[in-house]
Amino acid sequence: MSRARITISHGGIAAVWVALILSLALIGGCGGDGQGDGRGASPPQRPPSEATAGAAGAPAGLPPVGAVVAPPTQLGLGSPADPALIAAWDIDVGPEGKELPPGQGAVAEGQGLYPQCIACHGPNGEGGIGPQLVGPTPKTGFGDDFKDHPRTIGNWWAYPTTLFDYIRRAMPQHAPGSLTDAQTYALTAYLLHKNGLVDAAFVADAQSLPKVKMGNQVQFVPDDREGHGRVR
Amino acid sequence: MSAPVHPSRRDLFGLAAGLVGGLTLGVASATSPPAPAASTGGGPPPEPLPKLPEATRVIGQASTPTSPRSVFEEAAAQTAGSGKVSGTTFAPLQHFSGTLTPTDLQFQRHHGGIAQVDPRSYQLLIHGLVDKPLRFTIDDLRRFPSVSRVHFIECAGNGRKAYRAPAPELTPQLIDGQLNNVEFTGVELKRVLAEAGVKAEADWLLVEGGDASVMTRSLPMKKGLDDCILAWASNGEALRPAHGYPLRLVVPGYEANLCVKWIRRIEAKIGPSMTRDETADYTDPLPGDKARQFSFVMDAKSIILSPSHPMTLRPGFWPISGLAWSGRGKVARVDVSTDGGKTWAEASLQGANTGMTAVRFEHPWTWDGAPTLLMSRCVDETGYVQPTYAEFVAARGLGTDYHFNPIRSWRVAADGAVRFVANPEVA
Ligand code: HEC
Repeated sequence: MSRARITISHGGIAAVWVALILSLALIGGCGGDGQGDGRGASPPQRPPSEATAGAAGAPAGLPPVGAVVAPPTQLGLGSPADPALIAAWDIDVGPEGKELPPGQGAVAEGQGLYPQCIACHGPNGEGGIGPQLVGPTPKTGFGDDFKDHPRTIGNWWAYPTTLFDYIRRAMPQHAPGSLTDAQTYALTAYLLHKNGLVDAAFVADAQSLPKVKMGNQVQFVPDDREGHGRVR
Repeated sequence: MSAPVHPSRRDLFGLAAGLVGGLTLGVASATSPPAPAASTGGGPPPEPLPKLPEATRVIGQASTPTSPRSVFEEAAAQTAGSGKVSGTTFAPLQHFSGTLTPTDLQFQRHHGGIAQVDPRSYQLLIHGLVDKPLRFTIDDLRRFPSVSRVHFIECAGNGRKAYRAPAPELTPQLIDGQLNNVEFTGVELKRVLAEAGVKAEADWLLVEGGDASVMTRSLPMKKGLDDCILAWASNGEALRPAHGYPLRLVVPGYEANLCVKWIRRIEAKIGPSMTRDETADYTDPLPGDKARQFSFVMDAKSIILSPSHPMTLRPGFWPISGLAWSGRGKVARVDVSTDGGKTWAEASLQGANTGMTAVRFEHPWTWDGAPTLLMSRCVDETGYVQPTYAEFVAARGLGTDYHFNPIRSWRVAADGAVRFVANPEVA
C-alpha cells in the first residue's frame, strides 16, 4: 500500500493526500487542556486552492516560501558598558604586571596574615584541603616518571604576577575578594619568601613584584600536537 | 597516590568517595539486578529496593511536575562522588544509553563551589580592545539568533586515575567520567563579539567566571571567532547552576576548563594573561623538563562501556558498546578488538557525528568463554589514531598529567569477570 502511494506522482492526487493527512493531524492531536476534552479552537486550515500551488523545490501542495534568511551580523543588542562596571571587574594582572595596583606589602606583614590560610594550606604551606603552597624542590624530572612531584609556586609557577592575581581574585576560598591590595601584596611576598625566591626584607609592589625571578626550571613549550595523526 | 600534595591532584579529591560507590554498584545490563550503591553524597543511606505489585493490576501514580527516575536506577545515579567545593564528580558513563549525558548526571568540576546567580541582575561584560564596550543582560543574549549544537565537554585531566593509579576495579565512570555530551543552546560568541567590534590587533580573549574563584582563562581569538557558543541551555532546558547558570562558554573540542561557567566578562587583549589555570595548572609535564602550555585540544579517544567492570559475563552474545569522541572534528571510525589488539573490526556508529561530539559505537560479539582482552580505538576525520598505552608512554612520559587518551582495555576472565587493564603488555 505504501509502495502504491509513492508511485502516484500526479499533483491532484498528492493534494488529496495532503488534505487527508492535515485532517488526520487535527483529529489525532493530543492537546489536552486539563478539561480532558481536547476540543480547543481549531488552528486555521489552509484553503484547498492554496494546497495545490507549490514552488520549485518545495513540497507539492504548499505555497511558495522564501529561502532561509541569514541574520545580519550586527543587531544593535546590548547596552554601553559603564566605566565603573569595567573598573570594578577588570582585575586581571598580566605577566608584565602593568595592571598591578598601587600599594605594597612586606614578607613580615604577609606572615601575620597567613593564619587565615592555614586551615586549608597548612601552617607551613604543606597543603591540606587546598594545594601545597610551599615546595621549592624538585626543580626537574616532572614528566619522567610516576614520582608524584608536587608542582608548587617554588618549582613550577612561571610568573610572580600570577600569584598576586590569583590570591586577590580567589583566596581565601571561604571569603574571596576580602583581601585589600596591600594585604595581597604582603601574602604574595610571604609565599615567595617561603619558597626561597625573595629574602625576608622583600617588599612587594607594582615595581618590585614583576622583577622577581621564579624558581621553575621547566620550559613551557607550545602545543605541537596538531597535524601529526599520531600521539605527541 | 599519597597525600593530595600535587596541584592538579585536586581533580581527584572526589575520587575516593566515587570509588566506593563505583565498586558496590551493580550494573543493570549484567547478570545480577542492580544493588543499592553506598551513598557518596553525604545523604541518607539508600533505601532497600521495593517489591512492586504487578503493574497491570494497580493504578499508577499521579503525574508530577518533574519526573523522578526509577528507584531501580537511582542508586547508579548517586555514584558521582565529590561534595567538595573544589573538586570533581564523575558521570556514570556505563549506565548511559545513546549519546547525550542526562543533565543531572553530567560531571561537575568547580574551583570555588556552585555559584548561585540571579538572572535578573546578571550581566555579561565585553570590553578591552573593542570599538565599544558593551554589557548584555540574559534577555539581550536570548534575542540573538541562536544555535543548538551537540558537543562533548571533557576535563583535561580525564583519565588521570587510569594512567597514574590504575586498578583492575576501575569502572568507566572512574576512568573517563569527566565527560559530558550535551546539546547546548545559545548564541555564537562571534556574534556577541561583533556587536562590540573587536579591534584587529587583539589576538587573545580573557574569559572570566562570576563565581567564587572568578575563574580566568585565555582563549585564542581565532577560536573565539570560530565555533564557540555562549550557552544558556543544555539538553533543552536552562543550564543548572552546577553547569554555569545562567550562562557558560562552550569551546568545542577544547579542554573543559576553557568552558568557563557563570561567565561574566570577556576582554579582548594582546597576548595571553598567564592566569593560574594556564601556568600552575593545565600545563602538561613532559620528559626532558618541558611542559606543554595552552594544550587546548582534546585528543581522539574511545572507551568500551559494556562489557566493563563490574559486569560478569556468561558465554553468549554481548554487544560491545561504548563512546568515542575527538576534539579535532568528527569521529571517522571506531575499531574494536576482541583479541587483545591482534585483529580489529570497524564498529557501527550511532548519534549525531557533527564534529567535537561523542558518538556511540557498537560491535556484535559472542563470547566463547575463553579469557580475552577487549579494546576500542578511535580514528578521527583528521586521520589521528588513538594511541596504544606503549605509544602514549613513549610520547608523553609516565609523569605527564593531562590529556590521557591511550586505548582502554578490558580483560574478560574465564569466570566472566571484567576488569580494567591500563597496560595490556604486562596484563
Ligand atoms: C577554605 C579553604 C582555603 C583557604 C582558607 C585558603 N585557600 Fe587557597 N586554595 C584552596 C583551594 C581548594 C585551592 C584550589 C582551588 C581550585 O580548585 O582551583 C586553593 C588554591 C590556592 C592557591 C593556588 C595554588 C596552586 O599551586 O595552584 C594559592 C596561591 C592559594 N590558594 C593561596 C591562599 C592564601 C594566600 C590563602 C589565605 C589568604 C588561602 N589560599 C586560603 C583553599 C583555601
